[in-house]
Amino acid sequence: MCGAPKQGGALAGVDLTTQTVIQGQVWHDGAPVAGAYVRLLDSTDEFTAEVVTSPEGEFRFFAAPGPWKVRSLAPVGKGERVLEAETGLNETTIVIA
Amino acid sequence: MSRTDVLVTADWAQENIGRPGIVFVEVDEDTSAYDGGHIEGAVKLDWKKDLQDPLRRDYLDKAAFEALLSAKGISNDDTVVLYGGNNNWFAAYAYWYFKIYGHRSVKLIDGGRKKWELDGRPLSKDVVERPATQYSAGEPDLSIRAFRDEVVAAIGTKNIVDVRSPDEFSGKILAPAHLPQEQSQRAGHVPTAINIPWSKAANEDGTFKSDEELTELYAEQGFDDSKETIAYCRIGERSSHTWFVLQELLGKKNVKNYDGSWVEYGSLVGVPIEK
Repeated sequence: MCGAPKQGGALAGVDLTTQTVIQGQVWHDGAPVAGAYVRLLDSTDEFTAEVVTSPEGEFRFFAAPGPWKVRSLAPVGKGERVLEAETGLNETTIVIA
Repeated sequence: MSRTDVLVTADWAQENIGRPGIVFVEVDEDTSAYDGGHIEGAVKLDWKKDLQDPLRRDYLDKAAFEALLSAKGISNDDTVVLYGGNNNWFAAYAYWYFKIYGHRSVKLIDGGRKKWELDGRPLSKDVVERPATQYSAGEPDLSIRAFRDEVVAAIGTKNIVDVRSPDEFSGKILAPAHLPQEQSQRAGHVPTAINIPWSKAANEDGTFKSDEELTELYAEQGFDDSKETIAYCRIGERSSHTWFVLQELLGKKNVKNYDGSWVEYGSLVGVPIEK
């Protein structure tokens, strides 16, 4: 299936010895942003995936080790974060200024 | 066929809510989006539960498609206006599907649900009930659908457009990165395929790029207008988005969507794969 599963929640069933999980929250003005669009861009800035944040502002991607960028688009504005992911859990926060 | 025949703006959609003869249809894989608020009067189609055969891997047969549309209250004369999440992936799949069964008037809302939300346009939670119809579908139009043997035969002869992300094309990852990367099929792509990700055809708000930008995009990526074309992705919905761009927006001829896509191709025994 290509539709995004429900965002956030427990990592039960996810094998962190093989999966490279990039997850976190989108924040704005001291609170998590629900319903924000978050896209994962590869090292050439090309689109790889997009999800919509949960009511708690959470997002999650299953990527591969290496450099990635996460960018958020919401009615309140845009924010982005660059990270170097490793196999296992990689957590990050995107702040929309 | 021109852009305005197949694509409507969010403004147009909002102005035409409730107009007789127009049926808005939201198509999602995760229908909790629809349930949390949809365009007023829009009916929902669940990509998996409504549009896929419950047993075989295929779309619905003619009789089942007729039963579905009849139950949803869609008639042959209605203009069906599709939109959905995931940058209209599943709405574009539904558009292709309605064309397969010969529906006369189908349009997509440019930008889909994403643009609608980013614009802060109104959403309704009202339950939508439409009186049942007697929908009559045409025989499937296979001129826009490719099967696996055609894909193998197209290697080196037709435009094969792989619309997945560059990392899926190269085999670094096996699925769009919002999904766990445990898949049974082999990684890579069909030999001689050109990688033109669907996302290059869209703006960040989910709307399609202009005809000029799209024409330039495919030309510079090596798309040959003199050849027939097959587009594929992983399960056939992102490639529907590109099929829509190539055939419906740019008016290119002989474009087929291979809905078996990589899930099928990457599982075939003995076919060539490039990585």
